[in-house]
Amino acid sequence: MPDRKPYLELKRISKRYGGVAALTEVDFSAYAGEIHAVLGENGAGKSTLIKIASGVTDPTEGEVLIEGRPVRFRNPTEAMRAGVVCVFQELSLLPEMTVADNLSIVDPPKWGGMIDAGAQRDRARALLKRVGCEDVHPLELVRDLPLSRRQMVEIAKALGRDPRILILDEATSALTADDVERVYAIIRELKASGVGILYVSHRMREIEALADTATVFRNGRKIETFRKGDRSVKAIIEMMIGREVTHQYPPKPEPKPDAPVALAAANLNWGREIQDVSFAVRKGEIVGLGGLDGQGQRELLLGLFGVLRGVSGSLTVDGHPVPLKGPRQAMQAPLPMALIPEDRKTEGLMLPMSVRDNMTLAALPRLLGRFGIDADKEAAAVNVMVDRLRVKTPDLDAPVSALSGGNQQKVVLAKWLMTEPGIILLNDPTRGIDVGTKQEIYRLMRELANQGASILFYSTDYAELIGCCDRVLVIYDGRIRRELTGEALTERNLLESALNIDASEQAA
Amino acid sequence: MTGVDTGAARGPSLAGRFGIDRSVAIAFGCILLILAGGALYSPAFLSPEYLLQQLQVGAFLGIIASGAMMVILLGHIDLSIPWVVTLGAMMATAMVGWGGAAGVWLCIPFGVFCGAVVGTLNGLGVAYLRLPSMIFTLGMNAVAQGLMVLHTGGFAPLDQATKAMHFIAVQRSLFGIPNALFVWAIVGLFVIYVLRRTAFGRAVYAVGNRESAAYLSGVNTNRVLIGCFAFSGAMAAFAGVLLAGYSNKAYQNMGDSYLLPAIAAVVLGGTNILGGRGNYLGTIAGVILITLLQSILSVMQMPEAGRQVIYGCVIIVMLLIYGRGAKARS
Amino acid sequence: MSHGAMSNARYWLAHNAGVLTAVALFAVMFTLYVSNHSAGLTPAVATTAANKAVLLALVAMAQTLPVLTRGLDLSVGMVFVLANCIASTIVVGSVGTGLLGVAAVLGIGALAGFINGAIVVWGRLQPIITTLATGAVYYGISLFIRPSPGGDVQSDIADLLTGQLFGVVPAALVVLFFIVLVVWIPYRRSILGRAAYAVGSNEQAAYMSGVPVQRAKLLAYTLAGLLASAGGLMLTFNTYSGEASAPIAGAYTLNSIAAVVIGGTSLFGGWGSAIGSIFGAFVLRTIEDLLFVFDLPPLWQPLFQGVVLLFAVSLGAFRILRVRNRLELFT
Repeated sequence: MPDRKPYLELKRISKRYGGVAALTEVDFSAYAGEIHAVLGENGAGKSTLIKIASGVTDPTEGEVLIEGRPVRFRNPTEAMRAGVVCVFQELSLLPEMTVADNLSIVDPPKWGGMIDAGAQRDRARALLKRVGCEDVHPLELVRDLPLSRRQMVEIAKALGRDPRILILDEATSALTADDVERVYAIIRELKASGVGILYVSHRMREIEALADTATVFRNGRKIETFRKGDRSVKAIIEMMIGREVTHQYPPKPEPKPDAPVALAAANLNWGREIQDVSFAVRKGEIVGLGGLDGQGQRELLLGLFGVLRGVSGSLTVDGHPVPLKGPRQAMQAPLPMALIPEDRKTEGLMLPMSVRDNMTLAALPRLLGRFGIDADKEAAAVNVMVDRLRVKTPDLDAPVSALSGGNQQKVVLAKWLMTEPGIILLNDPTRGIDVGTKQEIYRLMRELANQGASILFYSTDYAELIGCCDRVLVIYDGRIRRELTGEALTERNLLESALNIDASEQAA
Repeated sequence: MTGVDTGAARGPSLAGRFGIDRSVAIAFGCILLILAGGALYSPAFLSPEYLLQQLQVGAFLGIIASGAMMVILLGHIDLSIPWVVTLGAMMATAMVGWGGAAGVWLCIPFGVFCGAVVGTLNGLGVAYLRLPSMIFTLGMNAVAQGLMVLHTGGFAPLDQATKAMHFIAVQRSLFGIPNALFVWAIVGLFVIYVLRRTAFGRAVYAVGNRESAAYLSGVNTNRVLIGCFAFSGAMAAFAGVLLAGYSNKAYQNMGDSYLLPAIAAVVLGGTNILGGRGNYLGTIAGVILITLLQSILSVMQMPEAGRQVIYGCVIIVMLLIYGRGAKARS
Repeated sequence: MSHGAMSNARYWLAHNAGVLTAVALFAVMFTLYVSNHSAGLTPAVATTAANKAVLLALVAMAQTLPVLTRGLDLSVGMVFVLANCIASTIVVGSVGTGLLGVAAVLGIGALAGFINGAIVVWGRLQPIITTLATGAVYYGISLFIRPSPGGDVQSDIADLLTGQLFGVVPAALVVLFFIVLVVWIPYRRSILGRAAYAVGSNEQAAYMSGVPVQRAKLLAYTLAGLLASAGGLMLTFNTYSGEASAPIAGAYTLNSIAAVVIGGTSLFGGWGSAIGSIFGAFVLRTIEDLLFVFDLPPLWQPLFQGVVLLFAVSLGAFRILRVRNRLELFT
């Protein structure tokens, strides 16, 4: 550790969302002129750390210090003024405005009290040149730029704010190989000029190439901070994975290669996100979707459920073709399909509505009596689910928003179990819920599979994929690149294969 | 069911069962306040005759508000109400002439049907073109106006209300209770039934809360949108028919003074203008509240100017109070 | 540098395609109108047309600002009528007191707009319901001030602003031009003006980028009130009287929204300009005049206008063709 004061310091920071702890008592320091890699699996607490440092959210406990003075950022602007600038993973650009406007959105050059469009253009040109994007015209609209260019504009925007600490959150995920090199060069240049850099990435190669210091997070806690070269890659991966995650998965049955195929997809295509995807899932099988986050896994699930427009290719369920037209058609497939969506708050639940209303929404046609919805039938069905999934709720008329994250997710699951689905698509169902509920969900999945359901399971948590799945399809850039089964299905294989694929792509 | 005690614990609370929440309670409280204030002004305010008369007048607003509420529950708004009211009245009275011998029987259904057609078009625009409802329905209002101007100007149609219209709008047949009140009661019971007991009603709330989640749950959200807008159009036109019966004729601008009160009644009854939350009991409270407010202002000989100002202020203030409560709880 | 200038011009053209379409549409229609008018393009014909068109143009400009922030102001027509009623009461006497009255009317308009903005920003009520309710209040005040049509206006100012400059140029156009110059252009180039676009484009991203979201909305509604009251003043100068008319208020509100859409401004915020709305207003007015010169029976006119309006607002539906993920339809 250099013997000097950190520019940005977080002291005993904790953050809880509802009942779930995202960060627990974390101490963290960032120094000027140093590149600090922040490592950890998805959901380890990296994003929360960044949000607190850049003023997007408040910590539940603990304090933030800038050059030793405690501060409280009420919004991102105050953090920027204090020199902490973040390049967000979810882009913070304004799509309907020009690149020049975006680059000078807060403090534009002025002339006579008005924004000086000419000077602003020149400034934009200079910033774009600095990030090597001379091909982007300052007057182009951000919405017309491809994703990789937007990412570079986002970086240019951050540079324009003269950061003392620059936070790059997965900043290279959408970039081409040339751009990645350029970003490295910029980062080194900034470091030389005394800017501190927090670098969040999944890619070990990048971290080896860049970082002076690294900190590993796991399950919302800081595991260790160490100098470059002090730990081997193997040791780092072990730190990220952790050791306590064992014995929490239900036993897998023997593989049944002759079970009938429940769902078969052939040559699915949808833009860049789904490219020539073909696979089959047998009855009673749990198939995982792996790979880095954002490689098209979510789109694949949505596409199978008919939500995406213009998906080409075919889907057969139980031997019958199913049109990719929408959820209603998917629910009417020979084996009814169900989708547990990514974001339970906006796609899974009607938060202000009651537990009862949420649970029965998809299955209402089954609950009709002579005069519309049969209240007794409905209550009975809901009670069965509440008992089966052990949903903790004050009463059935309580709004789901009053439930904990885990119980909310159980309500979503209950909604779909009521439709007695034969094919269940799960889109990262355990994100942001407590360990106990996670285990219940794993048990439930296996139980359903043993009863004959076919499950397609996307998770950002590799350990979960290994623990739950019979097979895992590793997806990269919209394509299935590898299939891992049996003995080959290990955490290291999964993590390394995703990263290796990535490295070979960059080399190509 | 694991035991009796869990069953009881999971049962709805009494207030919840009847849909009484904070805003509905406030609205009913305001009604009592107005009545008390009116009684101080003149004891006649508490006479059954006066109250029945208010309810009769309120019935027209209540029918319009029933439709408006379905649309607002979706998180949308129907601004075509003014001219659809007029359209309903004019088409019904005109049908008497067009329909020959059957015209007398067809006129009321025909008026309602025309309103439903306009409402369906509104629904199509909102559902399939995904246009903001307030703008599309404003445009539809202008089209309905154009049609009615053409209609009245071109053919000098029969605009007299029939006996049947007059009967249901004005007369009293059972225990001296106005027929219009029975009509509102039937409409109200229908809405309550749909909202509480049918899959369609559940879907209305679901779409209003989160259309994407409803869609992913297999709800045909476009059908729900079109259905509610069609109902709103039909109810506005139906109220127009009754209003024609009430004043014995159909005339232009007869619906102008119903848009704001209808929306206000729904919103003051605790229905969230952003959709997804609200119950019919609140709308009843809102309708009575608005009707009494109008009545007391006219009894006090408040000029139209003051009425408009008080209206606007009451809406804003009550919504700010509701909003404050919601924030404090969350 | 001619290369740079050329590419700048290309982008300028692309960004202003909506406005330019409205301008072209207007040019064609106006030419059609003038060439079919028995008198041709005389200063008198132009002035009559301008005096009518400028009223809607100002109200449409007013509507543009809240729309840019992804809001809406259903009270612009009411503020317009309110300004008309107040002006017919206080813009009287000598030129001096008349000008004081003009300032007062504009101030009241801005205040009305500020109240809308304050309720939307601090009260967190929806713009639609807020402006629907405040619109009733403003209309009530208009009725209170002018229970029946009447009043007067300072005739020197009125004649100056509704006549012709140098006997040729319609003065109302000069007024409009002046307002664009001192209100719109500085606003468009100010930080808060650009913030309004940012808020409409993506409120979350705007907040993350440090844009003053609340102040941008407040200013947008306040200026909307100011511009609507400028329109009301011009109405008074045209009619020499005030009238608290709900149909007029309603019609102006509705037409202002249509003009905004025809002028290329997105109802989903973040894109468009008040200049486009001005030409959108001109287009709408010229449609009326065209109906007149082509002898469309007057009875058909409201229907025709309604259909044109509905068609204009339906143009917004083209965005759904671009949607690839059906979940995006619901946002």
